[in-house]
Amino acid sequence: MDPVIELDGLEVRFGDRVILNRLKAALTGRSIGLLGPNGAGKSTLLGALLGFHKPFSGTARILGHDIRTHARQVRGLIGYMPENDSFIANMSGVHFVRMMAELSGLPPAQALERAHEAFFYVGLGEVRYRPLGTYSLGMKQSAKLAQAIAHGPKLLFLDEPTNGLDPPARIRMIQLIQEIRDRGDLHLILSSHLLRDVEECCDQVLILKEGNIAAFCNLEEERRANRRFLEIETRGGLDGVFLESIEKLGCETAPGAQGRVKLILPDGLEIRQLYEVAAGQNVQIRRLNHRRDSLEDIFLKAMEAPNGSL
Amino acid sequence: MAVYKKTYRPYDGAMTSPWSRVLVIPRYAFDDLRKSRFLSIFFLASFVYPLVCALLIYVEHNASALRILGAEQMSKFISINVTFFLSILGWQSMLALFLAAFVGPGRVSPDLSNGGLALYLARPFSRVEYVVGKMLILLILLSAMTWVPGLLLFGLQGYLEGWAWVTANARLAVAFFVSAWIWILLLSLLALALSAWVKWKPAAGALMFGLFFVAAGFGGAIDVVQNTRWGHLMQIGSLVGTVWVYLFEGSNPTTTGAIFFRITPGEELPVWSCCIVLALLTLLCLYMLARKIRGAEVVR
Repeated sequence: MDPVIELDGLEVRFGDRVILNRLKAALTGRSIGLLGPNGAGKSTLLGALLGFHKPFSGTARILGHDIRTHARQVRGLIGYMPENDSFIANMSGVHFVRMMAELSGLPPAQALERAHEAFFYVGLGEVRYRPLGTYSLGMKQSAKLAQAIAHGPKLLFLDEPTNGLDPPARIRMIQLIQEIRDRGDLHLILSSHLLRDVEECCDQVLILKEGNIAAFCNLEEERRANRRFLEIETRGGLDGVFLESIEKLGCETAPGAQGRVKLILPDGLEIRQLYEVAAGQNVQIRRLNHRRDSLEDIFLKAMEAPNGSL
Repeated sequence: MAVYKKTYRPYDGAMTSPWSRVLVIPRYAFDDLRKSRFLSIFFLASFVYPLVCALLIYVEHNASALRILGAEQMSKFISINVTFFLSILGWQSMLALFLAAFVGPGRVSPDLSNGGLALYLARPFSRVEYVVGKMLILLILLSAMTWVPGLLLFGLQGYLEGWAWVTANARLAVAFFVSAWIWILLLSLLALALSAWVKWKPAAGALMFGLFFVAAGFGGAIDVVQNTRWGHLMQIGSLVGTVWVYLFEGSNPTTTGAIFFRITPGEELPVWSCCIVLALLTLLCLYMLARKIRGAEVVR
C-alpha cells in the first residue's frame, strides 16, 4: 500500500533547538494517531507537513507529493482543524466556511452549498448564520471541523479535536470523526495527547517523544494479537496435568501463583475447548481475562524507553 | 427551503484557477465594508472635489456657460496646469490617508487575534497571496480615489483642449499615475503592517495618523533645534511631496507640492534622499508583514 505520509529524515529546528529529529516512517493507515506528551512535536509535525515550518533537513511526502517542492499541491489535498481558536469573530459561520472553501479552490456556488452541508453535518445547522465570535467552545470546535471538510480534502489533519469539550460534545466529536473515517473517502491524522481519542478513532499510531519516534504500531494488529492472550484463574488441577493437557492443544503456558495461568492461544483454538478440558479434569476456571495490552501500555512503554525508541 | 444532506461527501467538481483565489479576500472584504454607512458616505464624498474640478474644466472651455453665469472673465483665472493636477492629487491623497486609516487596521488584525491566519495558509494559498489579497482592498479603493479621477480629468481636459495639449502635457498624466501609486503602495503597506502588529483597530488607526502627523512635528522640531533641514526626512508628507514635484516637473520645479505634501521653499531635500527613506520605509513594512504573516507562531 502506498504510504499516506512518508517521513524521510524530516528534521525541524526552531533556532538551535531540534524539535523534530530526523523522523523516518511510512504511515499507511486510513486513520493515523499522533500521540505524545505536550511538547513532543505533534503540532510541529503537522505544521511542517502543512509548510508552516521549513524543514532543516530531510523531507516528507504526502500522498506522493514532496512537501518541499509541491507545497501548494500538498495543501490542496489537506483539510486542517487546528488546535487553537481559529476563526474570524465578526463573520457568520456559514460565510466563514464558504470563504475558506473558496480559498481552497471551490467555485462560489459550490462553496456555499458545501458550507451549508458541512454545518448541518457537524450539527450546527441552526446557528450557521450567527457570528463565530458568539459560539461556545464546543461549537467553535465543530465549526473548525466544518471548515476542514467543506472542500472535500483527501487528508484531514485534526489537532486535538476534543480539546475543551464536555463529555457529550466529546462523544459527538468522536462519532463524527469515526463516521468520516468509516466512509473511507479520506485519510485522517489525529493528533492528541488523549489516548482514548486515538484508540477510538485510529488504526495506526505514531508516538512521539522529544521530537523522536518513540513507537509506531498498528493498533488493529495489536488488538488482534491481544485477543490471543489470556489469563485464567483456576481451582484444582495443581498436579500439572491440566497445564499439560492445554499445552497439547497448542497453547503456550506460564503458570503463576494461586492457580493463575497466562497462556497464548494458537490460531483456530476456541476458548470453549479450554473449558471442556478443564471440566474433563475437574478443574474450575474461576476467572478468564483477555490480556489488554492497551494503547496506554504501548504509550507508557514508549515513554519509558531511554532514548525515545522502543 | 433548501434541504442539505447530513453526511460527509467528497468533492470532485470543478476548481477555480489559483490566481482567481486571490480575489476571494477583497470580494468578502468589500461585502463587509459596504455595511459601514460611514465609509460608504466618506468614499462617495471623496469624489466631490474631482467633480468640482471636472466642472471647472468644462466651464473653462464653454463660453456660453460662463455667459450664463455672468462670469466671462473667469476663464482667465482657471488654469489647467501642473498646480491644478498636483492640488487634485494632494486633496485626494489626503482623503486616501483617512480612508486607509479607517479601513486598513481591520484587514489583518482580526485574522491574527483569533488565529484565523493558520486556516488561510493551510490552503493552497501562499503568504504573498494573502498579503496581496489584503492589499488589493486598499489598492482598489485608493486607486478609485486618486489616479482614476485624476486621469479622467486629464482625459476630459485633453478632449476639450485637443490632441496638441495631450501630447504637450503627457508628462502630467504619467506623473499623476506614478505619484498616486507611490502613495497608494506606501499607505497600503503601512496600514497592513500596523494592522499585523497592533491588534486593537482604533490603536492601529491612531498610530497611522501618528506616523504622519506626530513624526512630522518631531521632524520639524529637529529642524529648529539642530538648525538643519534633514529633520524633514521624518515628514512622510514632505518626502512624498518632493518626489511628486520631481515627477511632475523634473529638477526645475515651479510648484512646492500641495496640501499636506508641500515642501517649504529653501528647505528642499535631495530627491535621492527622499527616495531612499521611502524605500526603507517600504522595506520595513514588508519585514513587519513577513514576521507576522505566518501559519504558526514560532517560539524560539
